[in-house]
Amino acid sequence: MRVLGISGSLRDASHNTKLLRAAGELFDAADVEFVAYEGLKEVPPYDEDDDVEPAPAAVARLREAVAGADAVLFATPEYNSSIPGQLKNAVDWISRPLATNPLRNKSVAVIGASTGMFGAVWAQAELRKVAAAVGARVLEVEVAVGHAHTRFDDEGRLTDPELLEQLRSVVDAVVGAVVESAERAVAA
Amino acid sequence: MSTIEETQTLPTGTWGIDPVHSEIGFSVDYMAGTFRGTFSKFDAKVVDGRLEGTAEVGSVQVKDPNLEAHLQTPDFFDAERNPQLRFVSNEVSRSGDRVTIDGEITIKGETRPIELTGTISDPIDDPFGNERFGLKVEGELDRTQFGVSWNNPLPTGEPALANQVKLIGELQFVKAG
Repeated sequence: MRVLGISGSLRDASHNTKLLRAAGELFDAADVEFVAYEGLKEVPPYDEDDDVEPAPAAVARLREAVAGADAVLFATPEYNSSIPGQLKNAVDWISRPLATNPLRNKSVAVIGASTGMFGAVWAQAELRKVAAAVGARVLEVEVAVGHAHTRFDDEGRLTDPELLEQLRSVVDAVVGAVVESAERAVAA
Repeated sequence: MSTIEETQTLPTGTWGIDPVHSEIGFSVDYMAGTFRGTFSKFDAKVVDGRLEGTAEVGSVQVKDPNLEAHLQTPDFFDAERNPQLRFVSNEVSRSGDRVTIDGEITIKGETRPIELTGTISDPIDDPFGNERFGLKVEGELDRTQFGVSWNNPLPTGEPALANQVKLIGELQFVKAG
């Protein structure tokens, strides 16, 4: 089983990238391969004129990374009450063509962190809506890390035990969803 | 009159669908109007007065390919896990050409009762040497009871897509053998 993690924040010290890393450690502990996607910044702006075969290299890598994963875990910050443009842009690229895109029927979970008190809940909700619209199996789970600048220690580790427990339940839900999909595929 | 004739109001014998001259579709209120779709692949038969039919979710046809793709997803029918819609009749009653068919419909893996009403024609001989009869029926269901719950709010906050969906079947059956 392989889970792809995509952080919607580009900066090096991103809270969301740290949150994703914390999730990755929990996946590792569950013997699940976790791959953090690192090419978000290279994805060009979506342009239908460029949406041809072969796809731009950064887009092809992104689509392959999603196609090669059994599930995708997004960690998103919130920009002006919504999804960061670069992350939405990446999902738009992944979604084309809609009928065969690699997020289709894929288990997807969304978590998020923000320095405000609400932990990117609106961005998470919008990203869930977008992921469902492109055909993903969106899990009804959430981790909202508010005041994110106070939640990680100097090594960038998530320290809040309650949030760690929430994160663990998301990891369990993702693993459970992948197992369920695999069992259905065998039964079908 | 035998008991069978009293209760059996669809023709006896085995009848197969004529897919070219039949249509299965739906309509639902959307924003300021009505949204319609059809299924291009379906099957149905009447065997000794009992109607059974299936429609392939993957064959749904609407006027936009992106929307057709969206209808396949877990937001709507979840075709990967539930590739077929299914209807089976339980009781049929008829008065003149009016017909009421009580049955069960399965959508997205959820089976619930539904009443179809409409008209039925008596069997006729067609120009090709077959016997055929027609059935035009409609029924209503609440899509959210089947887990087909997608919506999008209008600027007023009201949902854009209605929950009540009308099913429409215009079917011609040809006698087997």
